[in-house]
Amino acid sequence: MNKQVELKNRKIIASQHVKLGQKNKMGQTYTDVNDIFYKAKQTANFMTGSEVIRAAIKVASVGTSVAYPITPQSEAAALIGELYAEGYVDEYFRGESEFAVMGQCAGSAFGGHRVFTTTAGPGTLRAMENFPMWAGSRLPIQVCVTCRGINSPLSIQPDTLEMHYLLETGMLVWHAETAQDLFDYILKGFIVAEQPDVHVPIAVCCDGFFVTHTKDTVDLPPEDLCLTPYDPYRNPQPVMDMETAPIRMMRDPFVMKSNYISYATHASWQQEVKAAVERSRKHTIPLLDGLIDEENTDREILIVGSGTAVSQSREAIRLLEAEGIKVGLVKIKTIRPFPYEEIRRATKNAKHIFVPEFNVAGWLAREIKANIPDNERVYVGPHVAGGMTMPSEVIVEEIKKHLGMEVAARGTLG
Amino acid sequence: MSRMNIRISGLGGQGAVTAAHLLAMAANKDGKFSISNPFFGAEKRGAPAESYARIGTERIYDRGELVFPDVIMVFHPQVITMQKSYTAPFYSGIKENGLVIINTSADLLSDEDRKTLDDLNVAVFNHDATKLALEIGKTELSTNMAMIGACAGITNIVTLKSLDGAIQDRFGKRYVASGGTATLDEAIKKKYAKKEMLLKANNDTIIEGHKIATEWAKTQNLQLVEV
Repeated sequence: MNKQVELKNRKIIASQHVKLGQKNKMGQTYTDVNDIFYKAKQTANFMTGSEVIRAAIKVASVGTSVAYPITPQSEAAALIGELYAEGYVDEYFRGESEFAVMGQCAGSAFGGHRVFTTTAGPGTLRAMENFPMWAGSRLPIQVCVTCRGINSPLSIQPDTLEMHYLLETGMLVWHAETAQDLFDYILKGFIVAEQPDVHVPIAVCCDGFFVTHTKDTVDLPPEDLCLTPYDPYRNPQPVMDMETAPIRMMRDPFVMKSNYISYATHASWQQEVKAAVERSRKHTIPLLDGLIDEENTDREILIVGSGTAVSQSREAIRLLEAEGIKVGLVKIKTIRPFPYEEIRRATKNAKHIFVPEFNVAGWLAREIKANIPDNERVYVGPHVAGGMTMPSEVIVEEIKKHLGMEVAARGTLG
Repeated sequence: MSRMNIRISGLGGQGAVTAAHLLAMAANKDGKFSISNPFFGAEKRGAPAESYARIGTERIYDRGELVFPDVIMVFHPQVITMQKSYTAPFYSGIKENGLVIINTSADLLSDEDRKTLDDLNVAVFNHDATKLALEIGKTELSTNMAMIGACAGITNIVTLKSLDGAIQDRFGKRYVASGGTATLDEAIKKKYAKKEMLLKANNDTIIEGHKIATEWAKTQNLQLVEV
């Protein structure tokens, strides 16, 4: 399950879709994902994360998108509505609530459409029951989760606690650091999730505001190329409804009982969903150039993070470097599948491993601690929660304090 | 590596978010590295709103609330007088040799504020941006233009040419930042018969703010970070 896959010369299976090379009604040419990213000319743009979601969906050959407003994804949902009006998305409508939206997404995916939706924070939790249902039904729906606080007191600011809840849903969970990642992950995410040996839903997560509302430089491929559409005939199982074998969820009462047959059914099915998530590695590694990025992992002090925490850490590493303290960095791109083997290898020389996180739980530190030897090396923090910013100076201070170094007073804060 | 961190505190509807985006877009056009992001609660006119523009000579990763600014712009006197702000006092975290630009017709600083800022060698420019906006832009909605003009005039962080280009990009095309912004965009577009008139009025307000601030800067011994 943790076998390494050779990176070089490995590309995801190229699309053999019957429409490859043809034009859609908007004049875009259906193109293999490898060609979109690695052959087409990329042009730099300066735009917000919300605009990036629009740019990705414009070339994603999406069948259905269902919207429901919640900050900070509302702008992206509205922009997809514009794409629908322009003709780039086949179906678009507003649901009654996030719960309804995810159910409607399931219906559209059962019907054979490529489905995209966006949600955030409390919306993610309101919709939660549907996510393992999607996975169990093997629907390769993509939800873009623009993380925000979920707790009371209320916060609309970025907080990654909701990702913790997604970890055992059976979905692929990827975490974008920047708007560029977000664009790439949305398009590549469809392709990986829809592979017949994967065919599970995917949550492409980013930190709300820090990515969605931040203007940043993003390289985009030409708009006249688009992904080949979802091919429902590559679904590895018969379309499932309440009547069709092999599931017949309500008609076949054995799955609803507490006997060995029902246990065997559930266990094997849930294991198969987990195995499908693991099988996504071989497609993800070449497309994302590995499940992690490494910088100077031969150093004794390492920061391991995902999302915006990586960006803040990059700044902290610059500050530490100026003081002569050398720190390496591991960026985790996929939380599910979790890069167990890669993390073990990347952290093998480290004496101190810091895991900065934008949530109160420290779930990423927990995942890392559970999977590396000598896990007392892991320092769970620094943490912020409830949408607070994590200034790079705070990361620097916490690292220095933990290492027993002197921390100078700074600024006029407070 | 050098970087200028700009923090803007204002009230919802004043265009603080748009101002940060415009500065970052202009810096990007000037070939600098830049990033901008807003910080606000439920979108509501008159509620505190902050935004940040970071501009530098190398790629910028830092994002989120700007805790240690070089430049602070206060878009509304109530940020100071009524504490309508996410940061208290409004100059919290300002770096040594920094700059504060306040949209006001009267001096709002207490003796304590003044002493703190003096000790850090922070220059304070009281700039009647709303008056300028009403005179030239013919609407107080151009206050943000008068402010970014002043910022550019003092800091030279962006050129007037690239600010003009940023405004063309921002208001010349269809743009959705949020429902609230879309409503305000419509409101300001209705004030002018043609979009070109809106773009020109905004640019004129920037230029005048730039001019006034440049004159002021000549009278000061500023030691601002250069990018």
